[in-house]
Amino acid sequence: MISYPPPPRERNVEVLREIARKIRVSIVRMIHKARSGHTGSSLSCADILTCLYCAEMRHYPLRPDWKGRDRFVLSKGHAAPALYAVLHHCGYIAQSDLDRLRSLSSILQGHPDSRRCPGVEASTGSLGQGLSIAHGMALALRGEQENPRVYVLLGDGELQEGQVWEAAMSAAHYRTSNLCAFIDANGLQIDGPLEGIMGVEPMVDKFAAFGWNTMEIDGHDVGSILSALDSARKQTHAPSVIIARTTKGKGVSRFENKVQWHGKAPGDDDLALALMELGELDKEAS
Amino acid sequence: MNGRGVSPRILATREEYGRTLVRLGERSRDIVVLDADLSKSTCTHEFAKRFPDRFFNMGISEQDLIGTAAGMALAGKIPFVSSFAIFLTGRCWEQIRQSVALPGVNVNLVGTHGGVTVGKDGASHQALEDIAVMRAIPSMTVIVPADAVETRKAVEAAAWYDGPVYIRLTREKLPVVYPDEKPFRIGAGAIVREGSDVTLCAIGLMLHVALEAAERLAMESISARVVDLATVKPIDEFLVTKCAQETGCIVTAEEHSTIGGLGDAVGEVLLRRRPVPMERVGVRDAFGRSGSAHELLEYFGLTPQAVYEAAKRAIERKAAH
Repeated sequence: MISYPPPPRERNVEVLREIARKIRVSIVRMIHKARSGHTGSSLSCADILTCLYCAEMRHYPLRPDWKGRDRFVLSKGHAAPALYAVLHHCGYIAQSDLDRLRSLSSILQGHPDSRRCPGVEASTGSLGQGLSIAHGMALALRGEQENPRVYVLLGDGELQEGQVWEAAMSAAHYRTSNLCAFIDANGLQIDGPLEGIMGVEPMVDKFAAFGWNTMEIDGHDVGSILSALDSARKQTHAPSVIIARTTKGKGVSRFENKVQWHGKAPGDDDLALALMELGELDKEAS
Repeated sequence: MNGRGVSPRILATREEYGRTLVRLGERSRDIVVLDADLSKSTCTHEFAKRFPDRFFNMGISEQDLIGTAAGMALAGKIPFVSSFAIFLTGRCWEQIRQSVALPGVNVNLVGTHGGVTVGKDGASHQALEDIAVMRAIPSMTVIVPADAVETRKAVEAAAWYDGPVYIRLTREKLPVVYPDEKPFRIGAGAIVREGSDVTLCAIGLMLHVALEAAERLAMESISARVVDLATVKPIDEFLVTKCAQETGCIVTAEEHSTIGGLGDAVGEVLLRRRPVPMERVGVRDAFGRSGSAHELLEYFGLTPQAVYEAAKRAIERKAAH
């Protein structure tokens, strides 16, 4: 059996912050170009995805089907631009692919499609299903030679889906410790703030009661994300969940904490402002 | 081939399913089985006993059941997933669509206790819409075997077929009509009895009912062809067209709603390729109810008499053409 070397993993916090910044630029540009997509939801999980793909996971972009790879499932599939931007950064897909987001016969569908896009592990978009899929992967991979781990990112609003709790129950029952879930807890859903629509708190207590190893962190602090992942990797008897407190639309003041930016594409002036705030315009000028 | 009266064997298709799973499990370590707290009824407990490490009881949570199986398939396993037909296809239809069919993974759904012959448990447990809702999902293959031999072959074929498959089984034991060497290919129908005046297309338990109707018709010198269309999707268009051409009229028989099932699958082919008079035997837009299997088949008109009458009507319409 051919075993591939894991890619070089970046542990320098400053470097990771810079990658996350680039990912945000890529997200805003991509959605602006497509004139459709979920800006706020994608920006809120950019730091988590950066840490996963650049610091934590063993994967090999030249061989997306390498059996020993760690897997990632984007359960909140509408944050696809964030995933695409990271996959592009790692070398799975080209800039020309990003330019064709959401267009006919593009490999970058509106929501991730594992049959079309290399590096996408599961087709998602209908909320509530990714945790079950990730758990199935983790069960199937448990005990494999490379001991692959499976990561999954859910939205906090997504926790309103009953299936998430079915999966929370079964992953704890099977003690699937190679499974690690992130909750991108930005507190907003399409119709408004979560607590007004359908509250999901206390999330930490709920997962703990189901038998999960729980952590609560600032989801934009790269250092905290890395240390939470370190701690999750050491678990041997239970799946881990990292409740990441985030800001929807993080990085661009106009998008931050605004419900209307859940699924709206930036216009030309929004893009200009975003690029300026993300420090991209200065660079182009200099 | 008419096996009626020749073979005395009567076997439960779900028990054959359980035995086949064990044999498949011996052949490949990739075979895994998942159930939702009905493993004794669906007969997956045989596999659980033999391969406890590869059996996963997900409890009474069908949505998670499907998602977990999809994840396993994405990681290279060949999952067989079982529950009662109504819960397996109805409770988690969108999960099957999104997590299984859209990525096109090799998840094999085997629903037992399809149709009204579930009996006394009543409407809540009697799947009469499962074939319709599974047919509607793009790329889904739908198979309804008529006996234990066909069940074994369909389950084996599904395991090695790279894509989602739904197999519907019944609670009742069924007479074995096929010899062990009968070939099975997904998408191919089979002529079980030759005839020239009318074709009776049937699936599952209704194949046996259709064979009995053909006997009655023969007593009146009406020659009825009986065709097993076990693969409801993709339907054997060639065979259906050929039968329409050669016998001039068609009757379909299924233990399922007449909406969206075998009747519609055959009707779609006839409409496009060879419109001939067609009659349908099935449950007419209704829920099931409690009763014995025999009583329910009588109540819903899923009897040799009903198929016989439908054949007479079809032949009459053909003559009036």
